[in-house]
Amino acid sequence: MQTTVIRPRYTVLLRDLRELWEYHELLYFFIWKELKIRYKQTAVGVAWAIFQPFVTMVVFSVFFGTLVGVPSDGVPYPIFVYAGLLYWQFFSSSLSQVSNSLIGNQALLTKVYFPRLLLPISAVAVNLVDFFVASIILIAMMVYYNFVPIFTSILVLPLLVVLTFAFAVGAGLFLAAVNVKYRDVKYVLPFFIQTLMFLTPVIYPPSILGAYSWILALNPMTGIIKAARSTLFGAPPVNWTLLALSGAVTVIILVIGIWYFKKTERTFADLI
Amino acid sequence: MSKPAIEVKNISKSYVVSHSYESYETLRDILGKFFVHPLRTCWTSIQHVLLPKEKERFWALRDVSFTIERGEIFGVIGANGAGKSTLLKILNRITPPTEGEAVLRGSLSSLLEVGTGFHPELTGRENVFFSGAIMGMKRQEIIRKFDDITTFADVGRFLDTPVKRYSSGMQVRLAFSVAAHMEPDILLVDEVLAVGDASFQRRCLEKIREVSARDKRTILFVSHNLSAVSSLCTRCLYLKEGRVHMIGPTAEVVAAYLEDQSNIHSQASLSFSRNISTKPSFRTIEIRNDANVVTNEIDAGHPFSVTVEYETVVEDVPCWVAMTCVHEDGTIIYTSADVDKYCNSDLLTQRKVGVYRSTFTFPASFSLSLNEGTYQLRFRLTHDPTTDTALTVHIRNDARRFNVYPGILLTGGLWTCEKIEE
Repeated sequence: MQTTVIRPRYTVLLRDLRELWEYHELLYFFIWKELKIRYKQTAVGVAWAIFQPFVTMVVFSVFFGTLVGVPSDGVPYPIFVYAGLLYWQFFSSSLSQVSNSLIGNQALLTKVYFPRLLLPISAVAVNLVDFFVASIILIAMMVYYNFVPIFTSILVLPLLVVLTFAFAVGAGLFLAAVNVKYRDVKYVLPFFIQTLMFLTPVIYPPSILGAYSWILALNPMTGIIKAARSTLFGAPPVNWTLLALSGAVTVIILVIGIWYFKKTERTFADLI
Repeated sequence: MSKPAIEVKNISKSYVVSHSYESYETLRDILGKFFVHPLRTCWTSIQHVLLPKEKERFWALRDVSFTIERGEIFGVIGANGAGKSTLLKILNRITPPTEGEAVLRGSLSSLLEVGTGFHPELTGRENVFFSGAIMGMKRQEIIRKFDDITTFADVGRFLDTPVKRYSSGMQVRLAFSVAAHMEPDILLVDEVLAVGDASFQRRCLEKIREVSARDKRTILFVSHNLSAVSSLCTRCLYLKEGRVHMIGPTAEVVAAYLEDQSNIHSQASLSFSRNISTKPSFRTIEIRNDANVVTNEIDAGHPFSVTVEYETVVEDVPCWVAMTCVHEDGTIIYTSADVDKYCNSDLLTQRKVGVYRSTFTFPASFSLSLNEGTYQLRFRLTHDPTTDTALTVHIRNDARRFNVYPGILLTGGLWTCEKIEE
C-alpha cells in the first residue's frame, strides 16, 4: 500500500524522480490543456505560431539585411535570420512562460498536490509545438533558396532542440521560484530577454565581434544557433567545441535551476 | 489489526508575520519625507535594509496529534482561524509542517475546493478529464466513470460547451461530481458543501457516506456545517487556536463546540456579514427602547422591542427565527418563534426568497414584563445551531419608580383592585 510520510523538510531527489514518473500522465494532461486553450477564441488559431516569426523575419530582413547590411556568412539574410529566430523564439517564449508558470497557476498550487515541476515542464512543451509549426516556413525557405542540409543535421537538430529546452527550463525554474516571492521578475524579464537577444547571434553572425566572439560563447544559445546554421546551410563546419561548451553551461544552469526550485518548492503555497 | 490510515504526530506550523510597514509607502510619501528631512530619511532607509526586520512567529497549529482508523469518517471542527485549513493543507502536502510528522497509508485525494483545475475555456467534457487528472485519477478511470459523472452532475447536452458559459450551479455540480467519483483510500474534504443548492448538498452527503461505507474509505471532513458533520462523522476533532481542544465521539465534541460558540454580544445591535451559504442567515438584530433608541439598557416597566432581519436565499424552504429569553441564572423564561402566529401558513413552510423583518415587543409596565436584572436573548434560525447568537439586555430600575420585588417578572399591573363593600 502506498504510504505518504509528511515531514518538515526533505531533499531526496531519487524519490522525486520516481514521483515525477508516477505523475507522467498528469504531465500529458497539463500539456493537452495548454494546447487546448492556447488558441481558443482566436480567428486564425495555430497560424499565429507561423505568423509571428515570419513577420519578424521580414522586418529584420528589410532593416538589418537590406538597409543596414548586416553580414550573414554568405547565406541569404532572410533564411539566416529565420533559422536564428526559430530557436530564439522557442527559447524566449519558453523562458517567459516558465517564469510565470507558477504564479499563473496560483489556484492549483494552493489547492492540490502534484509535483510542482510539471508546471514549468508543460509550459515549455507547449512551445515545442509552436516551434515545429514555425519550422514549416524554414523548410519552405530551404527549398526556395535551394539549400540541402548536411547529413549530421538529422542528429544535431534534435539535440539542439533538447539543449534549448533544457536551457529554458533551467533558467526558467530559477526565475519561476524567485517570482513566487518577488514579483519583480515579471518586470525584469521582458527587459532581460530583449537584452539577451542582442547578446545572442540571432540577427548577426558571431564573426562580426572578431576577437571578442568568445564572450558570446558563454551564452548557450550562441552555440545552439550557430550549430543550427552550420548543419542547415552546410557551412561553416559545426564547431563541436563551442557546442560542447553550450551543453556544459546548459547542464550547469539546469542543475542550479532544479536545485533552487526543489529547495524552495515546499514553501510556494505559503508565499505565492 | 491494520495500522491506522492517518497518524498525525505533534504537527506544528508557524508563519512569520513580518512588520514591515514602511514597504507599503508610495513613492510620493518617500519623496515628500526626503525633502523635509533628507538625512533622517536616508538613515531610516539604510537601517530598514540592513537591520534584521522585526519578526513575529504565528503558530497556526501547535502540537496536533491524532489517529484515524481505516474506514472512519473523521470530522474537524473549530472556529475561523483555528487551523482547520492549515491542517488540511499539511496533510495534503501543499505546505510543509514546521515540526512533527504525519503518516498517511493509502492513496490520497483531496477536495479542498470545488472546481480545482477547472478552466473556463475548456468544455465540460474536457474539464471532467483535466480536473479528474489533477485530482489524481488515471485516464482509464475517468473514461470508465465518465457517464456516471455526467449523469450525476446532470449537465447532459451542455457537455461540449465551454464551462464559462455554464451557470454557476452547473459548474459546481459538474465539479463536485468529478470529485465524488474519485476512489482514493483516503479523501480529505474541505468546506465544499457550502456551495450548491440544498438538494444537491444532500446528494453529495449521501454520495460521500455511500462511498465510505461500501469500500472502507477513510475520510477527513473539515466543515463549519455542524449538521453535516453530525450526520456523517463518527469521531470529531475540535481545534481551538491551533491546538487540539477535544477529540471524541461527534455528538460530544459538537456539543462542546456549540457551548463555546454561542456568541454572546454586549452591544445592543448586531450586523452580520453577508453569508455565502444557501442557508437562511441573520442580517441585523437590534434592541430598541420605547423612545426608539438602540440600546440594551432598559428601564424596568418600559416596553422595548427586538427587531431581527434575516434573509433566505432558497425558494420554498421553511425559515423562521426563534428567540429564547434566559435569566442570568440560566432559567429559560420563554421561547417563541416569529411564525408561531401563522401556524400552517405559507410563511412557515414555503418561505419565498427575500429579506424578512420580525419584531418582538416586550410588554409595557407591570403586565409580565421583565424585572430588574440581566437577561440573555438567544436567537436561532430554523433549527440551525450554527446561527446561534445571543444579546444581553440589562433591565434597570435606577429611578426606583417601583418597589423591588424578588422574581423574574414584574406583575403589578395584572392586579385589579376595586371596592366591593362599604
